[in-house]
Amino acid sequence: MAGPTRGFLGRRRERNPRLPPGQYDVGRDWPVLTAEPTPRISPETWSLTVDGRVEAPTTWTWDEAHRLPRSEYRGDIHCVTTWSKFDTWFAGVSVDTLLEAARPTADAHFLVATSKTGYTTNLPLEDVTGGRAWVVWEYDGGPLPVEHGGPVRLLVPHLYFWKSAKWVTRLTLLQRDQPGFWEQNGYHDRGDPWREQRYQGD
Amino acid sequence: MPQAVRLRLSVADRVDHLPGQHYVVRLTAPDGYRAQRSYSVASAPSDPLVELFVERLDDGEVSGYLADVVESGDELEVRGPIGGWFVWDGTHPALLIGGGTGVVPLVAMLRTARELGRTDLLRTAVSTRTLAELPYADELRAAGVVVVTTREAHGVRPAGRLTAADLVPLWEPGQTAYVCGSDGFAETASQLLVDFGVPAAGIRVERFGASG
Repeated sequence: MAGPTRGFLGRRRERNPRLPPGQYDVGRDWPVLTAEPTPRISPETWSLTVDGRVEAPTTWTWDEAHRLPRSEYRGDIHCVTTWSKFDTWFAGVSVDTLLEAARPTADAHFLVATSKTGYTTNLPLEDVTGGRAWVVWEYDGGPLPVEHGGPVRLLVPHLYFWKSAKWVTRLTLLQRDQPGFWEQNGYHDRGDPWREQRYQGD
Repeated sequence: MPQAVRLRLSVADRVDHLPGQHYVVRLTAPDGYRAQRSYSVASAPSDPLVELFVERLDDGEVSGYLADVVESGDELEVRGPIGGWFVWDGTHPALLIGGGTGVVPLVAMLRTARELGRTDLLRTAVSTRTLAELPYADELRAAGVVVVTTREAHGVRPAGRLTAADLVPLWEPGQTAYVCGSDGFAETASQLLVDFGVPAAGIRVERFGASG
């Protein structure tokens, strides 16, 4: 069935070009969605490792990560559950900076991010390079709240937000793609909201 | 205007769902504008129809339409079943904890257990503000689940939130815990479990975030 749904008009609206298809503007809210209980991680014990197909596997502590060049994202984020949030402000370090230190090998084509909870998500390497991805610890000028992935989460805002792994502790470069948690549970391997890549097979 | 509706859908070439999975309902306006939302399936896979429970949210774009406009005989565009995490396989012991409309996927699990003759595998506690607002209240009470009412007393139980004292007697090692409800409920309930020693890896959470 491709045609209109009988009697559905939708909200009174100007269609906002910043909204990808099928999304709505959640305004000042920021919904929390998780699959597992919220972990408690102290910055003192947190670390981030970049490993796998890299020449120099590297681990940064909280202090070491904070000494890297600061990078910010100001813009929109989009969740596969259909909410979009405009004008967010995150800060941390660019994934490009981390990869410059670790030096991916020529056969590194994918990245899997792992969280403290065991959550994983996979991404093509080109989706986390060229200024498109960050590891962030700040939101809206303050510490990233724990329910939103604090102290540190991955941020890949041009893809659906399940790719922005909360409580991130490891980025592993791979030669071949490896579906992460939601990807194994029915969701898309890439997750581009502008192409509505929500579920496997989209 | 109804607070909630149960929709029973005849889905062509339906793939049997697992209890806990959901369907996506997508609405299209004449100008091509689309809105979609996910709804957990309340029915067991053996039910010939797919039953969805839709709470009418204030200013809810999709729920308002489903509660007020949809009529018997209408066609809806749906996709599913979706979800591989918050599912019960019918064979393992489980602790089910639901708040408000978070009870809906648990109802599917309970119905499935009843059909399999394995209600012994499930222990269930649900929380609601009042009995009148609890989806499937009669069915849940008949199944003997622990019901917590936060805004009113019922039976011998005063008004109050779910506590560890409600959950500890239901807990057994080896269970997988399923926690479902609003953001606040899911956070509180999952932390209660963690605090009394349930391994975090054995807790599956489904949070119904804001959905306008």
